[in-house]
Amino acid sequence: MLRLPKFRYLQPKSVAEAVRMVSDGGPDALFVAGGTDLYPNMKRRQQVPKVVIGLAQLKQLRTTKGKPAQGMVLGAGLTLTEVAEDRRIQHAYPVVSKAAELISTPLLRNMGSIGGNLLLDTRCNYYDQNYEWRKGINFCMKKDGQICWVAPSSPRCWAVQSSDSAPVMVAIGAQVKLISSSGERLLPVAELYNDDGIHHLNKRPDELLTEIHLPPTNGWRATYWKLRRRGSFDFPVLGVATCLRLTGDGTVEHAKIVLGGIGSCPIEATLSEKAIIGKRLTEETVHDAAEAAYSPVKPLDNTDFATYWRKHMARYYVACTLRELGGLPQGLPHPETENSVPALRVFSSGPFS
Amino acid sequence: MKPTKKRDNRKPAKVQICLRVNGEPVEVAFAPHKTLLEVLREDLALTGTKHGCELGECGCCAVLVDGRPVLSCLALGVALEGHEVTTVEGMAEGAKLHPLQEAFAELGAAQCGYCTPGFLLTAKVLLEETPQPSREQIKKALAGNICRCTGYIKIFEAVELAAARMAGKPAEPSKESIYGWR
Repeated sequence: MLRLPKFRYLQPKSVAEAVRMVSDGGPDALFVAGGTDLYPNMKRRQQVPKVVIGLAQLKQLRTTKGKPAQGMVLGAGLTLTEVAEDRRIQHAYPVVSKAAELISTPLLRNMGSIGGNLLLDTRCNYYDQNYEWRKGINFCMKKDGQICWVAPSSPRCWAVQSSDSAPVMVAIGAQVKLISSSGERLLPVAELYNDDGIHHLNKRPDELLTEIHLPPTNGWRATYWKLRRRGSFDFPVLGVATCLRLTGDGTVEHAKIVLGGIGSCPIEATLSEKAIIGKRLTEETVHDAAEAAYSPVKPLDNTDFATYWRKHMARYYVACTLRELGGLPQGLPHPETENSVPALRVFSSGPFS
Repeated sequence: MKPTKKRDNRKPAKVQICLRVNGEPVEVAFAPHKTLLEVLREDLALTGTKHGCELGECGCCAVLVDGRPVLSCLALGVALEGHEVTTVEGMAEGAKLHPLQEAFAELGAAQCGYCTPGFLLTAKVLLEETPQPSREQIKKALAGNICRCTGYIKIFEAVELAAARMAGKPAEPSKESIYGWR
């Protein structure tokens, strides 16, 4: 039986009190909202905080403010179900509600928060294991050990950013508000992440993520495609978030293509963006952008599926997002709506060969 | 003589909270790091809620907190002060089973039965929110519950049968789904 380690549980009544508690608690204090990421990690002794500060009862963190024209502000404590089912978000930011709906299962979405998903701990086959398993391999550098088992000669940790909301928020240019006892700051989500499996967040431990500022809806369109083994419940092994603004004649004016689940942080496919900016979306330009997404994708063998196949699927998914936003026929069914990942079919038919 | 090491026989400090379980007010004391699952099974003797993966992957331990299905293995007991918890023991009214329980039993939607409490509670909320769900809606709502025996078909059929009966429709299980039919 997996039991939680012993810890002190504090329940602040306000954000100010929560921030004070965490600075009093020092490095051994952690915030918890839904607990769907932290508690499994604690049960496996990957994270062992002495003090846990519960945020679930803070109503301030569960509000939705503002109008889409100026940009809506989501409380970081909103559950993923609330984000996925909110009519205003569905209407103004369909990509956000869709990404929230693709995260884990209904039961976990009823608990987990959108802020918690943005701050999700990085994942790795050698790290997300129970204590005895990790002890059996003499641990890894992310917790208790010295070595990275997926790249033993590497000086860094290669655990994978596995949040679905992260690439979406980066692509649409959202910002997060971080509050600490020394003040508050607004940070673009793109700057929230570091390319390192251990120090994957540019957030100090004493900072509390309180709000997510979505950008004004001024003509951009975005979509998110997620690749996973099971259609109903899995972390992404690849996620492609694409945000475009097209001019009246269909020329791409602005493009952000962000790949998740393949590195320690969301990775922007800048070459793919360059391939379509200033051009119209046609099968040729989509093909060029998709080809350009192949080289920045360097998945390592520390999650599900073969790495070469995930690398190949990055091309395919970038093309799919662009076709969807450009109104071009997909040719193949969308894996989420058709409830099947067209994995083997796509691979054997080789759409770009 | 070697000094004997003093053993610490003190029990860990307990917290005491009040909450409602299956409609009744309950006061319970437990170690503060216990999950709701452990509190229900070990301190309230409600063993209908099952231990599964305990990591939030299987849905065995699903209970309703304020009417929403959540995983009791990832909810902290102390955080539930004042909340309403419903477990599978709270589904039947006296000796009368919930229509879902009846349909599950009739159709053999429970084989080993370990995942059944989680399925029943999750399906109960689905039928409260969507009284006539499509097969697709049932699949989506039950996506967080894993069953290793049935292959899910019987479970979907049982939810559909219960939905029809709860809507007052004269519904009988199809003959093919009853064991022993030829």
